[in-house]
Amino acid sequence: MVETNIEWPWQYNFPPFFTLQLNPETRAKQFQAWKNLILDYCKKGKLYIIDVRESSHIALFNNSNINRKLDQSVIISILSELQRTGHAAPVDKSKQRWEIYWHTLDEWANMIYDCISSRGLQNSVLTLYELSQGEDVQNEEFYGIQHEVLVKALQILEKDRKCELILSDSDEGVKFF
Amino acid sequence: MNRFKYASPLLIDNENTLLCENNVRLYDGEVKTNFEGGELIITTHRILWGRPGAIARGETCLALMHELIVYIEEETPSAFSFKRSRKILIHLSEHNDNDASKPISYSMYNFVKLSFRDGYSNNVLGTLSQCLQVRYWEAKLLPQIQDNAPQIKLRTGIIGIERSLQEKQKAADENLNTAFQDLSKLMSMAKDMVKLANAISTKIKDKQGDITEDETIRFKSYLMSLGIDDPVTRDGYKSSNQYYKGVAKELSDFLYKYIEDMGGMMTLTDVYCRINRARGLELLSPEDILSACKLMESLQLPLKLFEFSSGVKVLQLSSLDSESIANATSLLIEDDGSISAEELGKKLGISITLAKERLLTAEKYGKCCRDDSIEGLRFYSNLFLTKEE
Repeated sequence: MVETNIEWPWQYNFPPFFTLQLNPETRAKQFQAWKNLILDYCKKGKLYIIDVRESSHIALFNNSNINRKLDQSVIISILSELQRTGHAAPVDKSKQRWEIYWHTLDEWANMIYDCISSRGLQNSVLTLYELSQGEDVQNEEFYGIQHEVLVKALQILEKDRKCELILSDSDEGVKFF
Repeated sequence: MNRFKYASPLLIDNENTLLCENNVRLYDGEVKTNFEGGELIITTHRILWGRPGAIARGETCLALMHELIVYIEEETPSAFSFKRSRKILIHLSEHNDNDASKPISYSMYNFVKLSFRDGYSNNVLGTLSQCLQVRYWEAKLLPQIQDNAPQIKLRTGIIGIERSLQEKQKAADENLNTAFQDLSKLMSMAKDMVKLANAISTKIKDKQGDITEDETIRFKSYLMSLGIDDPVTRDGYKSSNQYYKGVAKELSDFLYKYIEDMGGMMTLTDVYCRINRARGLELLSPEDILSACKLMESLQLPLKLFEFSSGVKVLQLSSLDSESIANATSLLIEDDGSISAEELGKKLGISITLAKERLLTAEKYGKCCRDDSIEGLRFYSNLFLTKEE
């Protein structure tokens, strides 16, 4: 449970925000507001995974002040929209667990590589733990990044021949070029 | 003689033995047959002839049904005859019963003779002719008198109660059945009536020139009051067009003020009730009202028929269109911030159905947005579109 002092947008206290709007124009606006809010919320709370089944326990989807909840099917369709822009991906086939990327994987990959090259760490090997939890990266945006997300970001770099992942033993590491 | 059949001497229902004679010979017309010296029994239904003792034993014998007998007469014995023998001539009607097994299958005579060698011991002729007059065989079986013995009702314990309940149920069932029997009778009648109505209306159609407009309309209203679709209405639209135009004009004259007061709309059900309440007599059928409303727009009347996407039909002011409805509705919502169909209905004095249609129209134009919660469906001003980020 992430407790954050997020500044809720005005929509959050507007009851129709929690009902799927039928007018296409209205719905587009509604979804846009939701997408922004979800990414903002996850970013502030460092939330990488959203489980739709637990949506009623997440303040984001359940505004107890006005007693409104967002329907799970609506959540899934909003997350599917986020998926289209690379900001989310379902973990399971039933689309109940979602990884949320408030930075897209490409953005994460670039961020990590920029950091590495600025520190001149090319051609050196780092463990994934060092990369995400190490003291050196404490001030970086990707500090505390979730393991799965990190691996996916590094895989993108690997495709560009900018690093090589070593996932064989228990000590997972990465070598940057 | 071919009218005789083989039959069992056992008496059939309601049959009684009238008399019995011995030593009787049968003649086929004038010709003697081998059936001689037998027993003759006359019952209320037939004449039976059998070999001596055969009838008593219940063996098959010859039978002649009374219904075949045309008339009977006694043959006057010749002056020289000293015998006691008496003969009775029985004239018989034609019959075509060929398949039954008969002692003699073909005969050229239409009469038989019964020869009583020893004379009669009874008044054969009188009894027989009386029997033929009464025509017992035609008497129907009397319905059996119902057993009126008082039934002892078991009223002991639960079973007793259950039984009486069952009886009540059974009685109710029977009532229902008879009721529906009548109904089905009515239905079958209705079919004929529809057929008749159709026939008449086609006639009217064929002779449209001969029958005045008024008569056509009156006849149509008869049919309508029977709840029968009148083909004249649809096919002969030309003749009813004038009528609908009149109705349309009346509707708009009468309802314009009300509809204006009610926010510019009225459902067709309300229209139907209002106009018929106002008329009192000579009521309009829903069909006629609908047809008349359809004409309104082409007649350039101040009212017109409008159908919401949900299928609800209303009469509304011609000046009104969906967008102005949406705008007016959104202004109302802005007053309160949010509104439900019930509240809007109360506010405008219109039905909830109509209020909901207005809100949905407003939603379609993006003038409001919905909030569907356990408290019900409410509509809010569309801040999504109007409020700047």
